[in-house]
Amino acid sequence: MSTTAIKSKTAAAIDRAREAGRTALVGYLPAGFPDTRTTIEAAVALAENGADVIEIGIPYSDPVMDGQVIQAATVQALHNGFHVREIFDIVAEITARCDAAVLVMTYWNPVMRVGVDEFSRRLAEAGGAGLITPDLIPDEAAEWFEASDKYGLDRVFLVAPSTSPERMAMTVKASRGFVYAVSIMGVTGARENVSDAARRVVESAHAAGAERVCVGLGVSKAEHVREIGEYAEGAIVGTALVAALGADGVGAVVRLAADLSTGTAKPSRPAAGA
Amino acid sequence: MTQSPEKPSSALPDAADAFLAAGGSLRHAPGPYFGSYGGRWMPESLIAALDELEDTFEKAKADPEFTARVAKLNKNYSGRPSLLTEAQRFSQHAGGARIFLKREDLNHTGSHKINNVLGQALLAQRMGKTRLIAETGAGQHGVASATAAALLGMECVVYMGAEDCRRQALNVARMELLGATVVAVTAGSQTLKDAINEALRDWVANVDTTHYLLGTAAGAHPFPAMVRYFHEVIGEEAREQILAQTGRLPDAVCACIGGGSNAIGIFHGFLDDRSVKLFGFEAGGDGVDTGRHAATITLGRPGVLHGARSYLMQDEDGQTIESHSISAGLDYPGVGPEHAYLADIGRASYEPVTDGEAMEAFRLLCRTEGIIPAIESAHALAGALRIGQRLTEGREHPEEVIIVVSLSGRGDKDVATAAEWFDLLQKDSPEEKIGAEGEQL
Repeated sequence: MSTTAIKSKTAAAIDRAREAGRTALVGYLPAGFPDTRTTIEAAVALAENGADVIEIGIPYSDPVMDGQVIQAATVQALHNGFHVREIFDIVAEITARCDAAVLVMTYWNPVMRVGVDEFSRRLAEAGGAGLITPDLIPDEAAEWFEASDKYGLDRVFLVAPSTSPERMAMTVKASRGFVYAVSIMGVTGARENVSDAARRVVESAHAAGAERVCVGLGVSKAEHVREIGEYAEGAIVGTALVAALGADGVGAVVRLAADLSTGTAKPSRPAAGA
Repeated sequence: MTQSPEKPSSALPDAADAFLAAGGSLRHAPGPYFGSYGGRWMPESLIAALDELEDTFEKAKADPEFTARVAKLNKNYSGRPSLLTEAQRFSQHAGGARIFLKREDLNHTGSHKINNVLGQALLAQRMGKTRLIAETGAGQHGVASATAAALLGMECVVYMGAEDCRRQALNVARMELLGATVVAVTAGSQTLKDAINEALRDWVANVDTTHYLLGTAAGAHPFPAMVRYFHEVIGEEAREQILAQTGRLPDAVCACIGGGSNAIGIFHGFLDDRSVKLFGFEAGGDGVDTGRHAATITLGRPGVLHGARSYLMQDEDGQTIESHSISAGLDYPGVGPEHAYLADIGRASYEPVTDGEAMEAFRLLCRTEGIIPAIESAHALAGALRIGQRLTEGREHPEEVIIVVSLSGRGDKDVATAAEWFDLLQKDSPEEKIGAEGEQL
């Protein structure tokens, strides 16, 4: 993890969960789906029902890491006229109304278009914790390193089952907040089981020095969260929440979040844990 | 490796020339960066595969057995070297400049695409991969990929926008005849860029067994440098042939640009020849002021798409804008990063050619030379007519101006579009009815 003096909002949120004996719950919702107001209400409700970290996704025309559910939601948001500039007000309102750390998950071109420094400045002003960047690897992130340090933002990079030991070490070092462990070789989408590969990715990240690793892709049930809690600091749920919101509105998000929360109680383990 | 010239903050037309004059070389640029363009803007999940591909490619290039195998297939399967044909009657419409056509249309499968698919399929075999996936717009690259897969006994899945599948039913049938599976992509805008997105999603999930056979000199490193490598043969042959036929280098080389693979292939042979002007012709669609075009370098701005930083058609939010062109092969909102770099340093010039200009050149080549070009290539032909007029202006001996044009593909696939465009279909004929619904025959 970065050794700078920057206080990571996301790390603090994960640590609060850890101190309370819980696996951190990270919930994803796309901005503007089905509309901006609902995104905000659903995110606040998510935080009030157990999410420690909220990810708000910026809808993008070419989301190569997303499966059909999230693609359909973001296509609808764009069709309804979502604009990237709205993300800052969304983050500001969610941040003002709950204690969760609010990260923005975004493909990189929309950030480049605004300007990396300008985007970072406005995100920090809005109270945002940082960015999750599914198609930006540390190798290409020089501008983002500079801006995130300047404005005190978290840099959540992804690691995957295919990540080599060298890249794992480099990516863990580049990350701040947490390291996002992709559980399988694939795109976002609810799956029946969380793959065994997830545990190996997290172990490898821990071995490379990561203090906080959260597992995403295919996580949709309380039992997944419970299982991930055995070896990781947090579980990330996206598609299942998006599907619930799409099918049945904010109430469904509340019910799913409350259910997922039942899986966050950490099994008691030796005090000298990872 | 030689140093690259600094990327100018804005177009510095003399940067490349000064660099070459000082003995620099622009050839064999290895990537991952071309100036500030290129790179690997990709999910971490795919980085190991890109590393493996780069490593395999670098070793293969240095392996005489591999290069011999590529050369043998090029000769005995594709039919290389392709001809260089002087187009004497066509030249009369270019201010009298002498126009020579590099006949990639005569390759097996009818375009330059075969050069790249054979090379990449051999690399896939070297990596022990048994499955090829590819994207295709109108179907040309899909057909070429299916061809390579059939030849080498590999599984092949081609992603194609659902709208394109409907309009190009015969090309879908061609791919299936060759043993490939065609997947209609219904995501996003259902066009070429969405087919690429879907192929990338497949690749992430199946990377252990699968090679993504990208069809153009774009995408993440090593694709731009690698695809160029397999197409460099176009420029190498053309340079030798024009020297043999005329005793000197041409004044200009013209090519059409979608992603830019045939253009980078032919340009490469002449990159270090300061006297040779290089022109790339983008699809101007209905006209660059109509918003319906694919003139990426002319009107786009730098951004990242499909793994590379390059010029890109995007809106104020960084969302990709849909491109439009009568030519499916040029209908792509991005462009290869090496072209973005060559544009910035002034080594190559890029101009739009409208659908109308391209179709006039299409008809002219048919009638003056007896060659039906691909509509993609007709953009280069229209550009060559324009450049011929420009370079011969005020010259006493216009025939001293020599232009080489990349005739990147044959136009058999485009006969229906052309018949519709020129209103050649009989009223109430079955073909006319199909054409009226915007479909291909």
